[in-house]
Amino acid sequence: MGVALSDKELALKSVHLRKKTLEAIYEAGAGHTGGSLSCLDILNVLYNRILNVSLETFSNPNRDLYVQSKGHSVEALYAVLADRGFFPEAGLKTICHYKSHFVGHPTRHIHGIEMNTGALGHGLPISVGMAIAGKMDTAPYRVFTLLGDGELAEGSNWEAAMAAAHYKLDNLTAIVDHNTLQISGRTRDVMSNEPIDEKFRAFGWAVKIVNGHDFAELTYALSKPAETGKPTCVIANTVKGKGVSFMEDVAKWHHGVPSKAELKQALGELDAAGAKLKEVV
Amino acid sequence: MSAPTPSMYSPAAKAMAEKLGLKPGHSNVDEFAATLVELAKADRNIIAVTSDSRGSGKLGPFGQALPTQLVEVGIAEQNLVGITAGLAACGKKSFGVSPACFLTARSLEQIKNDICYSDVPATLIGISSGVSYGALGSTHHSLHDLAALRAIHNISIVVPADNVETREAIRAAAKSEKPIYIRFGKAAMFGLHQPETKFEIGKAIQLREGNDVAFIATGETVVHALLAAGQLAEQGLNCRVISMHTVKPLDTEDVLKSGHECRAVITVEEHSVHGGLGEACASVLMQAGVTVPFRIAGIPDEDTVTGAQADIFRHYGVSMEGLSKAALKLLK
Repeated sequence: MGVALSDKELALKSVHLRKKTLEAIYEAGAGHTGGSLSCLDILNVLYNRILNVSLETFSNPNRDLYVQSKGHSVEALYAVLADRGFFPEAGLKTICHYKSHFVGHPTRHIHGIEMNTGALGHGLPISVGMAIAGKMDTAPYRVFTLLGDGELAEGSNWEAAMAAAHYKLDNLTAIVDHNTLQISGRTRDVMSNEPIDEKFRAFGWAVKIVNGHDFAELTYALSKPAETGKPTCVIANTVKGKGVSFMEDVAKWHHGVPSKAELKQALGELDAAGAKLKEVV
Repeated sequence: MSAPTPSMYSPAAKAMAEKLGLKPGHSNVDEFAATLVELAKADRNIIAVTSDSRGSGKLGPFGQALPTQLVEVGIAEQNLVGITAGLAACGKKSFGVSPACFLTARSLEQIKNDICYSDVPATLIGISSGVSYGALGSTHHSLHDLAALRAIHNISIVVPADNVETREAIRAAAKSEKPIYIRFGKAAMFGLHQPETKFEIGKAIQLREGNDVAFIATGETVVHALLAAGQLAEQGLNCRVISMHTVKPLDTEDVLKSGHECRAVITVEEHSVHGGLGEACASVLMQAGVTVPFRIAGIPDEDTVTGAQADIFRHYGVSMEGLSKAALKLLK
């Protein structure tokens, strides 16, 4: 956690982080734009209000653990970690470049990243293992993982969901970035997975549904486990491509890379949103 | 009436084993389980993870003695590997134990990403490997695991030949900071080594000297190579027998030594002839420009014959008689 920030300060930070994310994707010439923008407010809250991790405490065995199962949204994660001082911001300009440590999915080469992810359906089983280890050691840390809603089609998630409830892992929170879009289109058309909340409840989880762009709601849902003896699932309703008018809720921006003109327009929109935020008392 | 369990050894092979002074031991899985429980009693961070496999992994006593150090995941091998990785990432010395056939096929992506790519100190134990499940069919065979894992960066592959190698491999894994895959079967094994034998991952062990044919064998096939060498000695041939317990990283120096010094080389493995020990050795020899009469003994690329492990071994010539015959043919 960093210095306590108000909701307004977090909102301004999200504007800044969205700009950094888009610039990084533009520089890389590749990236997952829509999903990075949909989960960015979640990451902002996690790293600035919830997780007890920082550059200094990252090697502490009692630190909270975050595993980004939807590894493709790595650009948002890189932007947040750079902002929290895990590495110099210049690293963001090298994503996907030849010999760069900044791979197009999370790896432990980057300070602040716990596990290498990118293939879907891996983060939850790993997090279950981490949470079991925490229970064995009666360690104070919590484990968080971020899943895409389309990712829930991977069966391994449900193996892990079963185990998390079986082992009563109330130190585990799975956040679903529920933006309702995946690469081929609307998730309900590709492979319907609703109702997600009832599925997790049926597997023995405590479920909370929040607006994934509302800092107060996210903070409330993530601050503590929902129920003793049960893992927590936070379904965060989000908008894919959030913050840029022409990217919002459009499937092609799943891994669309903005042109120079599109980047300029996007940054202009974000600047305007930032200016508007500053006007609000 | 159920089919009688065939013996792994013909009467002549049994006689040869006696002549060579080989003492019958128990199964490698029994040795594994006994070693792991002993280590885990002294180190609470050693964790066994099972997928409804504690029976076949002989981990019943482990679960009874150390219930808080055993994690049962149910019949869910992908989850088994993910959880094993998560435990290892949090300071546990985790051993994921599951039949080799499921562990290395269904969960291959978890092995590749969660363990090898993330570089966590986890050990995977493939039990009932190769054709140990015999007549249960190809669903239950692991004839692909060495090939699949050889092509994945950052994992050692160990196939112990007897109880001593099994015990030492488990001890080495418990100390290792790197991913390791160890696979073995459930048949009772002859003891091939003295208990004080020096065992090091990546270092082949020579069991018998000779320069006519070198048998480079791994796992449960090593004893058959040793018996064949005994039989060939009666015909005046001196055959070298190497236990190549580590398939990766391969002891290339030892392979080249055999290639340079012997008139022929035969590799032996309980695995497909594609992508396992044999092709690994062939690659080493060819790339060093060593040409020597060479044969890979293993399970051919076909619908595997039905039968017990012993039937399958004999059918494909992984037996004293079969390997002797192969050696003589190669020397002609």
